[in-house]
Amino acid sequence: MKIVACINFVPDTETKVKVGSDGKTVDKTGVNFILNPYDEFAIEAALQLKEKNTGETMAISLGTDSHKEALRKALAMGIDKAVLLKDETARDSLSLARALADELKKISPDCITFGKQSIDYTGEQIPGLVAEFLGIPSVSAVVALNIQDGKVVCEREIEGGREVVETSLPVVISAQKGLNEPRYPTLKGIMASKSKPIEERVPGSFPPSLEVVAMQKPPGKQPGKIVGTDATSVKELVRLLHEEAKVI
Amino acid sequence: MKILAFAEQREGKFKKSAFEVVQTARKIADQSGAQLVTLVIGDGLDGILPELGLYGAEKVLAVEDTRLHFYSTTAYAKIAADAARSVGAEVLFFPASQMGKDLAPRVAAKLSAGMAADCVALKFENGEITATRPVYSGKAQLDVKVTSQVKIYTLRPNVFTAAAGTGKPPAVEKYQPQLVESDFSSKVTGVKVSEGRPDVTEAGIIVSGGRGMKGAEHFSLVEKLADVLGAAVGASRAVVDAGWRPHDEQVGQTGKTVSPNLYIACGISGAVQHLAGMSSSKYIVAINKDKDAPIFQVSDYGVVGDVFEIMPALTEELKKMLEK
Repeated sequence: MKIVACINFVPDTETKVKVGSDGKTVDKTGVNFILNPYDEFAIEAALQLKEKNTGETMAISLGTDSHKEALRKALAMGIDKAVLLKDETARDSLSLARALADELKKISPDCITFGKQSIDYTGEQIPGLVAEFLGIPSVSAVVALNIQDGKVVCEREIEGGREVVETSLPVVISAQKGLNEPRYPTLKGIMASKSKPIEERVPGSFPPSLEVVAMQKPPGKQPGKIVGTDATSVKELVRLLHEEAKVI
Repeated sequence: MKILAFAEQREGKFKKSAFEVVQTARKIADQSGAQLVTLVIGDGLDGILPELGLYGAEKVLAVEDTRLHFYSTTAYAKIAADAARSVGAEVLFFPASQMGKDLAPRVAAKLSAGMAADCVALKFENGEITATRPVYSGKAQLDVKVTSQVKIYTLRPNVFTAAAGTGKPPAVEKYQPQLVESDFSSKVTGVKVSEGRPDVTEAGIIVSGGRGMKGAEHFSLVEKLADVLGAAVGASRAVVDAGWRPHDEQVGQTGKTVSPNLYIACGISGAVQHLAGMSSSKYIVAINKDKDAPIFQVSDYGVVGDVFEIMPALTEELKKMLEK
């Protein structure tokens, strides 16, 4: 079985976001980047599929040289091969998905895993776009996954429950937290990852479909009223919720 | 110009987000002089379609098939893309619900459409739509314009208004695209419904507990307060990771994004990851003993004090008020 985990390298959640001088992107100076947290579930899913079915795992990331750090982490967790689709340009989802799909077509994996979303632009579009460009099924927000004899049964999170989805290989899966517990890289894995080569390829370019007009800080909220400091304040709190906010 | 709005229904009931999508699409249609067509996919829809008129739907395309009772990514995507082509729609609206987020990208790929995902505001000006969407865990917002010929927008649930008006029932056209077995290459075969309280993404009120609850056993305080209000129970990442609460209650990054009318944060300090998921709530109440907790920076009303003292008192006070 050939399994590819598609991963991203994103600003750490704790990062203070500052709008850059272009007014359209984040000022990246001093920003710490990490492997996108959801992608750890995608990597773990790939590793577990290999362990159950044998085969080969690959991690692929599209971006600048810095993305190698995310790929190294994937290798350290146990992924066999890493590919960087080296690209300096900012892309929208459609263009990114087309480039990824073109590369994946050449690899022709049985299973492609993504994290449910990247925590930077959080569009949750890439897995579905890539699957459609490849003409294969996709399941998003997966919290349980079982693949046997080419048949795929998984559960995806919906409002108030889970959907049981049946489909077949090849398939694109986007991993939601709860699918698995990502393993920590072992010391041996970390050492080995340093000597594994990261293959570089040049992704195709495509016309943009989205224009960023402006980036801004969200409308700031004034810190609210402190109603009180003990149980006697609940009367006033209930009054405010009822009369002022009118939410109860 | 033609606009296609996807009105999500499950089990013969429209989601609230369906009305939000239709009403928002109606507004844009009115402002732009476009014609709005609403698409509904499912099985046995006749009884529910008139309701769409109250939110501004005048024309509905209804696609009915027993095989469409449950959601199928592949079949729904094919139908939505075919419908958009047959209508000649240049603008498509979907909810950023679990169904909409699964469906819209596949439709976008079929139509080579750019997409603004999870929008929290839309503006029509000079013949163009500008969409506002949160990025970087809500720490910034982007104003974007979709520049492809066909444009898709998904709307964050609970953010846009859905107020029933007095519109007439819409004209319904049955739309029957050719569906073959291979269109159902991925399909839902069953739904496991969580019992009990409403889901955090759909609740009007959420009572959420954090590490300050000091243990799984104390979440009965959260549950009691939630039940008085008919609210959902939410949880911070810390308590989910500690195994005190199930993951489907987690609010914030790696959990769910919510926008209820009222969010009551109990013993939650307000880490960035948590704020990412709930800061678009309309009203936020924070109960926390640490007056410097970041949650007070985003809350409308705060009580600086002990959750074990304040929550039971609040539950009682609400009971009294609601009984009146």
